Amino acid sequence: METKKHSSILNQQTIEKIGFSALTLVTLLTVAPIIAIVVYIIYLGAPAISWEFVTAMPRDGMRAGGILPAIVGTLYLTLGTAIFSVPLGVAAAIYLSEYAPDNQVTRYIRLAIINLAGIPSVVYGLFGLGLFVIFLNFGTSILSASLTLSIMTLPVIISTTEEALRAVPQSFRVVSVSLGATKWQTIQRLVLPQALPGILTGVVLGLERAAGETAPILFTGAAFFLPRLPNSPMDATMALPYHLFVISTQVPGMPIQIQYGTVLVLMIFVLIMNLIVTIIRSQARARRQW
Amino acid sequence: MAKKLKTSELVITRSIQFSGFSSILFVLMILYFLISEGTPALLDVPFSDLFSQRWYPIESYYGILPLILGSLVVTLGATLVAVPLGVLTAVYIAEIAPLWAREILKPLVELLAGLPSVVLGFLGILVLSPFLRDTFNLPTGLTALTGSILLGMIAIPTIVSISEDALKNVPETYRHGSLALGVTRWQTIWGVTLPAARSGILTAIMLGVGRTIGETMTVMMVTGNAPVMPASFNALFLPIRTMTATIASEMGEVAAGSPHYHVLFFIGMVLFIFTLIVNIIASNISFKQTKRSERILS
Repeated sequence: METKKHSSILNQQTIEKIGFSALTLVTLLTVAPIIAIVVYIIYLGAPAISWEFVTAMPRDGMRAGGILPAIVGTLYLTLGTAIFSVPLGVAAAIYLSEYAPDNQVTRYIRLAIINLAGIPSVVYGLFGLGLFVIFLNFGTSILSASLTLSIMTLPVIISTTEEALRAVPQSFRVVSVSLGATKWQTIQRLVLPQALPGILTGVVLGLERAAGETAPILFTGAAFFLPRLPNSPMDATMALPYHLFVISTQVPGMPIQIQYGTVLVLMIFVLIMNLIVTIIRSQARARRQW
Repeated sequence: MAKKLKTSELVITRSIQFSGFSSILFVLMILYFLISEGTPALLDVPFSDLFSQRWYPIESYYGILPLILGSLVVTLGATLVAVPLGVLTAVYIAEIAPLWAREILKPLVELLAGLPSVVLGFLGILVLSPFLRDTFNLPTGLTALTGSILLGMIAIPTIVSISEDALKNVPETYRHGSLALGVTRWQTIWGVTLPAARSGILTAIMLGVGRTIGETMTVMMVTGNAPVMPASFNALFLPIRTMTATIASEMGEVAAGSPHYHVLFFIGMVLFIFTLIVNIIASNISFKQTKRSERILS
């Protein structure tokens, strides 16, 4: 600091140039691996993808054939998670944004949400095992796993939805109520539609996380190997992330092709969901009326 | 008509209220199940054995110290990786990057946040661990270091997005005032903007650290799963085992109600307490900036 005070403007400008370059380099160092991962997986995974790979059952102890049950399982789990977590999460966010008084109880709710967001995924797995699988006797099933994933997803949906609701200008609500609408009518017909893009973004981000999680479903619903499609919510199921874990660590002599193919399919899921978020955001930005 | 509207409105309002309170209910339920399944471990295993140095459940050695230290070593390593990269990237995105670069960088960081941890674990096994093994001439590439690097990548999106928000929240007038005094943008960043965003950045770091302590699949796949006491700095280059990985790899094989089962829930309790402390610190640092600190999401 002492030397800086006495150095000339020119020196400071050189320092700034060096500093900015260094920051650019660090940023590149951070994002380069991300780009590398995506390119690497697409490059090595693409040859493994075929119609059979995404539509057939696994054969030869998963060393051949397709990964259909894992794909369908992940879709079911994501859908199941959405069924429970979206209504509950959006309603909770409406409460926090539109109804909750500024008091101690509301602060506890917020603390609870922050805590839920911080609980490790494997602890959710333990909880799901204790409550849904054993205590409520749902067994290792799509139902147990979806419920476990829902609670884990809840904080993401609540916090993004609340932020979207709060972004709707207060004057909208005042005008609506002054025109004779009830509070719920105002929320239903005015606030929710306006906040919809933000809510959808939160929902997709939450479900994206749920779809990629392994630890919470390990003991609540994931099946090591199940060469058929689940036919009820009480069935266990294969799932893409767990399947990737299994074939990359638990099965000796696994053809590398199938591993890269599986990782690519999983990444395509993630990329699609990210794309949806990006599209919703840019559309909303273009259409925003306030 | 008016009457009917009122009842339906009442029902809706009540269910919204109930949903609002549900988070508290879930936290309490999680706590209840961890305690009710975890505390019997204290009856099954003597306290001194539980906190001893040997984890070997087959012969009823339930010392969880190596697991706790394993988690701490990997978390510390990940922090060393993620904090400089994450905070400096946030500074670049918030303060220096031109608009077009920002439009590319932010989705990229978000993409990293969305990558399932098994994907990083998978790449860790196939790419990073052979690389580290050959570079440092190690007997195995599945070490605490491998886990630290990958966990660092997992913490980076959290650190970047919350730090960036914190920097964005610094009023523009601060920067203008500083620049008007004749100092450079570089000096403004270090002398004004960063100090002003300090609490938000600390929150970002704490939340990033919180994520690393709880990460499961990646560490389970790449740290070699050896529950040994980390003895010295060298531990970074040796296999290790975290609390999370222990639960994930052993819970599937234990009988419900056995001592081993209770001990695994007990480890879950310890994990819960660890992350609770980290999160309470994080939320206290910036209780005034609640809105931002809640974006713990991705």
